[in-house]
Amino acid sequence: MGGISLRRIGRALLVPALAVITALLIGAVVMLIFGDDPLAAYRGLFSGAFGNGRAWSTTIRKMTPLILTGLSVSVAFKAGLFNIGASGQFLIGTVFSVAVGVSFEGLPIYVHLPLALLAGILGGMLWGAIPGMLKVFTGAHEVIVTIMLNYVGALFAGWTVYAGGTQGQRPGPLWDPTAGAISETADVFPSAQLPWIFGPPYRVHWGVVLALLAAVLIWWLIFRTTVGFEMRTVGQNPRAARYAGMSVSRMVILAMVMAGGLAGLAGAIETLGLNHKFAPEFSGAVGFDGITVALLGQTNPFGVILAAFMLGALDAGAARMQFQSGVAADIIQVIQALVLAFVAAPAIIRQLFRLRRIPEQIEETTLRTSWGG
Amino acid sequence: MSEAAMPVLEARHITKRFPGVVANEDVNLKLYPGEILALLGENGAGKSTLMNIVYGLYKQTEGEIIVRGKPVEMSNPNDAIQLGIGMVFQHFQLVPVMTVAENVMLGSETIKRGLLDTQQVAERITELSQRYGLAVDPYAMVEDLPVGVRQRVEIVKTLYRNADILILDEPTAVLTPQEIDGLFDVMELLRSQGKSIIFITHKLKEVLRISDRIIVLRDGKVVGEADPKTATQSTLAAMMVGREVILTVDKDEAQPGPVVLDMQDVSAKDDHGQPALRNVSLQARAGEIVGVAGVQGNGQSELVEVLTGLRSLDSGRITINGLDMTNAGPRRVTQDGQSCHVPEDRHAYGMVDAYSVAHNLVLNTYFQPPFANGLTVDEQAIRRHAEDLVERYDVRTPNVSVHAANLSGGNQQKMVVAREFSRPVKLLIAAQPTRGIDVGSIEFIHQQIVAKRDEGAAVLLVSAELDEIMALSDRIAVMYKGEIVDIVPRNRATREGLGLLMAGAHSEEPAPVAGKAG
Ligand SMILES: Nc1ncnc2c1ncn2[C@@H]1O[C@H](COP(=O)(O)OP(=O)(O)OP(=O)(O)O)[C@@H](O)[C@H]1O
Ligand SMILES: [Mg+2]
Repeated sequence: MGGISLRRIGRALLVPALAVITALLIGAVVMLIFGDDPLAAYRGLFSGAFGNGRAWSTTIRKMTPLILTGLSVSVAFKAGLFNIGASGQFLIGTVFSVAVGVSFEGLPIYVHLPLALLAGILGGMLWGAIPGMLKVFTGAHEVIVTIMLNYVGALFAGWTVYAGGTQGQRPGPLWDPTAGAISETADVFPSAQLPWIFGPPYRVHWGVVLALLAAVLIWWLIFRTTVGFEMRTVGQNPRAARYAGMSVSRMVILAMVMAGGLAGLAGAIETLGLNHKFAPEFSGAVGFDGITVALLGQTNPFGVILAAFMLGALDAGAARMQFQSGVAADIIQVIQALVLAFVAAPAIIRQLFRLRRIPEQIEETTLRTSWGG
Repeated sequence: MSEAAMPVLEARHITKRFPGVVANEDVNLKLYPGEILALLGENGAGKSTLMNIVYGLYKQTEGEIIVRGKPVEMSNPNDAIQLGIGMVFQHFQLVPVMTVAENVMLGSETIKRGLLDTQQVAERITELSQRYGLAVDPYAMVEDLPVGVRQRVEIVKTLYRNADILILDEPTAVLTPQEIDGLFDVMELLRSQGKSIIFITHKLKEVLRISDRIIVLRDGKVVGEADPKTATQSTLAAMMVGREVILTVDKDEAQPGPVVLDMQDVSAKDDHGQPALRNVSLQARAGEIVGVAGVQGNGQSELVEVLTGLRSLDSGRITINGLDMTNAGPRRVTQDGQSCHVPEDRHAYGMVDAYSVAHNLVLNTYFQPPFANGLTVDEQAIRRHAEDLVERYDVRTPNVSVHAANLSGGNQQKMVVAREFSRPVKLLIAAQPTRGIDVGSIEFIHQQIVAKRDEGAAVLLVSAELDEIMALSDRIAVMYKGEIVDIVPRNRATREGLGLLMAGAHSEEPAPVAGKAG
């Protein structure tokens, strides 16, 4: 599986690359319709993403959580599961890591920081384990459960920092009293903060390295270990997995736990590296973008890095684009949505570019989201 | 049929290359109106590939396809359907949760006032089924239908689209003898109405019985034509394989040892919760082959699943090698029970399409040395193992990293057999082990089964082929309606006697004493 062949890589990259190009072209058409200048817009976009050191650092900063949520969705995919819950898992991870980050004053950084990161992973794992277990023990479909847990997660996270009400409603356990009426946590202690690789104004922290390491680790786990073999078998053909003596239930739970852990780590890294606190307006939207990243990256960990880089650059360049060309930054969301549509339905791209859907070739990434009914 | 008539379909100089394989090489073939043409050939000879080209699924590398005198370009099956070509795949393409009528109209829906006009479709289906003797209920749900009826639905589907060239790729592999008779009646009726049929099978008897003309492929090339009136099974086999094939199995008297497999009063339900096994008791001793005969659907599948840990028991007890294996999982049955299992449906259980041949060959041993060192898998060891097995079991594939889905049907089966037979075991459970396999390889697999027995393994052989059961078994258990109605030593078994038992001859008697194991 992991054999490196340039032809194979080329073939794998073809549809995603065309999807991005097509989305950019359609974005340009939309701009033309509204009387904007797409060339100026894309020039602005490019310089905002890669124009100088600051631009590059923004791209890297945006890419980091996307790698992890993309991995989260990919791992679940490998086991045949559709994790729509990365957003909720991200938020729970955030809350858990902040909880550790604002406690334990005086711990050395080499204890406190790993502890806070681990807490984030554990929180995400917990949130991922729920849909996994419900699927195994009750047959509840993970898509439904993860969607619902996104709401539960967001509301729970909000509650933990709730400032309390004028009618005597009690504040949440993580609320920082010094913030007055504002619902937010205190800053995590410096000993729980991810150090900068490049400090302000660049603000690139060590989270990106953790994310890249996670990708390598996940690749190794999926393609080089017996557990990964089991997980992929369950995803490809659960009946054959059972026949071969693998435990489908165990793999489903494990895959969801891993998926949750990765999204939780994304949350931890965002807070410990950048925000240093949690407030309800911090959203788990990168969790949803993880779906785009996973599909664009063909659920391969290295593909995910590329895809996260791509989407991160789009996010990073959006502000500059608006500033330079006057085109509303929202167009970037339209483009990202188009990318998602094209990678989720590759038939559109194949048809558009007359790519012969070689029947001799089986898709490695198939959207299969149910097993056993 | 007159040779002077214009062929309805002609393949001229067809060559098809896949990476590393030439599947068809300069193939010429003519199909005349109103004939049944049989296509014979070893596993991997290129039969399915050729048919997929005719049906517009694959594009030939060279050559042309001529339909009713005109060269045609097909880019997908819709083009073929337009030209009146229909194909029934061995793997049915029906949607289980839809009705027969919905399935038939899928892809060519009739719309009336913006709604699907199911009624009109149902009427057409009824008309077609009366005309061609294809009894199907348009409103039945496909998932409730037995295999034979599903196949009829597939045929109706092609006729609904006005096909007059029908391609049937191994249609009889999954049918019971009764269903095969029914299919042949339909084929004869279709022929009498001027339709042309290309029929692929590995069962030489069938070829001689139904076809008008036989074309033999070997290594992608046409090696000859035969006339069913003069050909015999052995001449056909020799043409296919290029050597003499021994169609009978040569084996010594069994030397049964201690009991390896012991099942006592086992009852279990099928997927729909209906009783499938009723108080089944059966034993298999080391060094003997126990055949399980019966019309398909009488509990044989469930019997195998219960034994291999894939289905749970309601009551009863199973021991293997003296270990209690009642409701043990598949891993325990294969590991502790030292058993192996060739499943009856290779696509459902036996293989992973998207995995390489090499990975499929370690599907249930991937966690053991030398394939794994602790947590990590050793791809090198897996590849070496695969190369060895592919060689020994003659699995035809360009290399072991090819996706299993790209192997020919029979070679996929050989791959599964190779994986299971290559392990040292005390109990071999084989369900339809030669399904889809050519005569030459059947000979080899039969020899392997006998060799396992002679090495001291207990063998449980479940087969829909009475010939196979008769050729290999030392004792024959007959199943009917979830019970073992009798167990007959091979030397006292006759086709007629078994046939009667399979039809439930004993079923009227009060509570049959199951498991007269000896
Ligand atoms: N999609 C594919 N990609 C690569 N090779 C293929 C593909 N399909 C078939 N082949 C190869 O082409 C050869 C012919 O295969 P084909 O399926 O036509 O055989 P067949 O005569 O139908 O055999 P069987 O009796 O086993 O069904 C085989 O060597 C097979 O491995
Ligand atoms: Mg075939």
